[in-house]
Amino acid sequence: MSDVTIEVKDLTRRFGDFTAVDRISFEVKAGEVFGFLGANGAGKTTAIRMLIGLLEPSGGTARIAGHDIYTESEAIKQSIGYMSQRFSLYEDLTPRENIRLYGGIYGLTRKQIRERSDRVLARLGLAGVADDAVRRLPLGWRQKLAFSVALIHEPRIAFLDEPTSGVDPITRRQFWELIYEAASAGTTVLVSTHYMDEAEYCDRISIMVSGRIAAIGAPADLKRQFGVNSIDELFVRLARPQSETPA
Amino acid sequence: MSALKGLLQKEAFHILRDRRTLIVLIALPVVQVVLFGFAIRTDIDGVRLAVVDSAPDYATMALRDRFASAGVFRTVSVVARTADLEPLFQNGQAQQAIVFKPGFAADLARGEPAQILIVTDATEPNTGSLLQAYAQAVIDGYQRELSASATPSVARASRIVIAPDVRVRFNPTRASSNLFVPGLMAFVLTIVSSMMTAISITREKETGTMEAMLVSPLRPLEIIVGKVAPYLVIGFVSAIAIIVEARLVFRVPLRGSLLLLLFEAALFILVSLSLGILVSARTSSQRLAMMAALLGTMLPNVLLSGFIFPVESMPWLLRILSNIVPGRWFVAIARGIMLKGVGLAYVWQETLILGVMAAVLLAASVHSFKERLE
Amino acid sequence: MRRILFLAQAEVLHIVRDRILVAQILVVPIVQLLILSNAATFQIRNTSIHIVDLDRTSTSRGLASHLAASGHFQIVGTAPSLDAANEGLLDGTVTMVVVIPHDFEASLVRTGVAPVELSVNGEKGSAAGIVQAYASRVLADYAGELTARLRPNVITAKAGMPIPLRGVPRIDVRVRGRYNPTLNYRHYMVPGILVALVTMIGTLLSAQNIAREKELGTLEQLNVTPIRRGEFITAKLLPFWVLGLLELSLGLIVGKLVFDIPMVGSLLLLYGAAAVYLAVALGIGLWISTLVETQQQAMFVTFFIVIIYLLMSGLFTPIDSMAPWVQALSQINPVRHFVTISRAILMKGAGPAAIVEPLSILALSAVVILTLAVRQYRKRLA
Repeated sequence: MSDVTIEVKDLTRRFGDFTAVDRISFEVKAGEVFGFLGANGAGKTTAIRMLIGLLEPSGGTARIAGHDIYTESEAIKQSIGYMSQRFSLYEDLTPRENIRLYGGIYGLTRKQIRERSDRVLARLGLAGVADDAVRRLPLGWRQKLAFSVALIHEPRIAFLDEPTSGVDPITRRQFWELIYEAASAGTTVLVSTHYMDEAEYCDRISIMVSGRIAAIGAPADLKRQFGVNSIDELFVRLARPQSETPA
Repeated sequence: MSALKGLLQKEAFHILRDRRTLIVLIALPVVQVVLFGFAIRTDIDGVRLAVVDSAPDYATMALRDRFASAGVFRTVSVVARTADLEPLFQNGQAQQAIVFKPGFAADLARGEPAQILIVTDATEPNTGSLLQAYAQAVIDGYQRELSASATPSVARASRIVIAPDVRVRFNPTRASSNLFVPGLMAFVLTIVSSMMTAISITREKETGTMEAMLVSPLRPLEIIVGKVAPYLVIGFVSAIAIIVEARLVFRVPLRGSLLLLLFEAALFILVSLSLGILVSARTSSQRLAMMAALLGTMLPNVLLSGFIFPVESMPWLLRILSNIVPGRWFVAIARGIMLKGVGLAYVWQETLILGVMAAVLLAASVHSFKERLE
Repeated sequence: MRRILFLAQAEVLHIVRDRILVAQILVVPIVQLLILSNAATFQIRNTSIHIVDLDRTSTSRGLASHLAASGHFQIVGTAPSLDAANEGLLDGTVTMVVVIPHDFEASLVRTGVAPVELSVNGEKGSAAGIVQAYASRVLADYAGELTARLRPNVITAKAGMPIPLRGVPRIDVRVRGRYNPTLNYRHYMVPGILVALVTMIGTLLSAQNIAREKELGTLEQLNVTPIRRGEFITAKLLPFWVLGLLELSLGLIVGKLVFDIPMVGSLLLLYGAAAVYLAVALGIGLWISTLVETQQQAMFVTFFIVIIYLLMSGLFTPIDSMAPWVQALSQINPVRHFVTISRAILMKGAGPAAIVEPLSILALSAVVILTLAVRQYRKRLA
């Protein structure tokens, strides 16, 4: 029996009058790849930031790896990895130095850090630039680095916020290979994206529209349920009622 | 021309909408003048005096009394041994000490020189000299009392005295604030100007409108005038507030023409703003711009403008350097107008210099903007 | 604990690789030290005076030449016209006008007393007081000479040798100035300026540093890790703390080599006090960083606060001269206390007992400000 690593119930976040996240609920099990879909501004990043302890919720509950996000947000942090939408590693350090820093912060031994960073850098094809300042690396390589830093300590859950934004198709494929690898090793991966075609790669997905979850389930099931051929079509169908003017 | 008017309106609109910044721009100088006006002083009062009197007698008590009633001194400690003085000086409890040799009154009565030692903390040399002079004056006063009671024939056998009759012109109350407050005006206005420039730069950067303006039909000169004018007005309002404060709170005299002072203040603000615009036009790195603006304006204006430290006391190299610090000229003008009551006839040179500075800086800014266009 | 080391290691790398920062730390302060120390002085040299000699006797000319020879003054005018002299005061070219009355010599011969008017330009501030003090001393010295010449039966005492004179009660005054025997203004200013520079480094850089991480977004990545607030702050501040002490050392070396500043007391004690002071300065920088969003704001707010601290610290103008309420306020100004401590140690040779009060206040301030700043720093936004 697989355990539930992410439990969210009626999670809400308001900014003044504006409700960015409106009572969302879902569950994710260990080893699942969960796609967190939605248009830009739908509330995905806000939701994620609440789950990883960067933002306090206005309402609702959630448990991550068995810990309550209100009272045990610091305990959660040891078990999770995060890749933010905006590049957030140090540009004046090298890939190796960035990995060493975060490896150390997460409690890895120097030996572990050395081994893992060699492995990761080779796997991502960054071995050649391992000692160049990150500033000089192109976007796709930076994203790969950020991804590996998020997973360097082999966390139970990885939160990836739009990891494939702005990268070329080949790199995109590489990312998904890495995501599958992590998942098959037991890591829960919650990945948000606004590319609807990536939905097909996930075990289950949810589609957020204006702060609410409009649909949730396995891609195949949803397509059947809504009678559409692609998740893209499904998204348009769900998103449009908001933008259509009543006849 | 209407393009310029539009620009002015837009800037004014921005500023008025940002209430918080506006309040800070006007309130801050006022607060600073109060703070610094009461803090930057060199008047000497309440001098902490220690007394070493191992064998008090009527003469030592009389002299101690003179010190106590002199008004400038405050006896903080009376000890029996000179050795007890050292800790008092070291921790700053005492600034000065008078040490009586035992048998003081007896020596006086015998006509032998009665010895007093004045020990002064001279870490700050000027204070040291002044404290010494004050203490000496009290003792001289007592000496004169003693001599006066002597008979004329005895008096003829005493020393010749050349008595200094001191008049202090332009600052009869000798309040150091009279001296510093006009300089403080210059300093605070400089801060306000740098703030305003920085705000304006930040705003343009954040809204990204600089590029749009550069390709608009506005000529570079018009852009600059448009940016400078509203802040000139705010700075002017600050200047008025500061002058009011100087008069009401510090009672600095204003013997000259208020109108002339206001004109000079406006001119000075214009120079400061132009400098800020020039810096912002030339540097692309925000951090460098800020650092340059702050270091290049605030520090020189504190140190080299004559605000606190007299220009005449500086080594010749710095004296020459101070000539390019706009604050230096405004400080001279403000002091002249406020303390001496002089008119344009006396300050026309300084005014001209400020005018030339403004013209040169504005021209350089226009030039820089033109460059950016190409 | 290990986390602190890892993060501190990264910090050191940042610092070393940041060119602008290195310039800020090494070049700018030294240049400032050199300029500041030369500018910040109230010393009087070659004060311009105008002598109006209405007597024109050998005695009055004697006085004039004494004034000229004293080394303090530069005689820029000798026209026997009060108007010309006043003009000089008015346009600021003259600091003092000495008026010798027309019956100067006659009065002295007849009664032994004569006045001399000293009109000082009050516009020149404390310089006016000093100039007058110098002039008075010259007058007194000249009077002594005249006494020896015109009244040889009045024997003036030489230092250390009391000579009995019948009849007149006489006080013999000796003066001793402590701690600055050469009356060198730089010796007084340099320790204080060092404090100012170390403050700049400590506060400005720490505020800027954390503000930059906020601006770039790298702070977020750190906030997601299990690193504790205390660990994060220690790792951030530790390198700057060391830098501050290095800065102090650099400044002291320059001070000794260029200005030959006195170092009477224990340098160890000075470093100890500096260590505590830096904790306060860094704490303030940290606190500022929790309030702002961008580096620019950090720079601005820091400059403001630091300038206010500096001007009210007794660095440039004495604390004793400040209005009482401002003096009281300055008790919470850490710069004031460190300036006092530095001067006490370097110039007076003060030991721990003499500085225990300001040092305790600094220690207390460090605890308070660091606690406040740590509390204020939140990993999670509300």
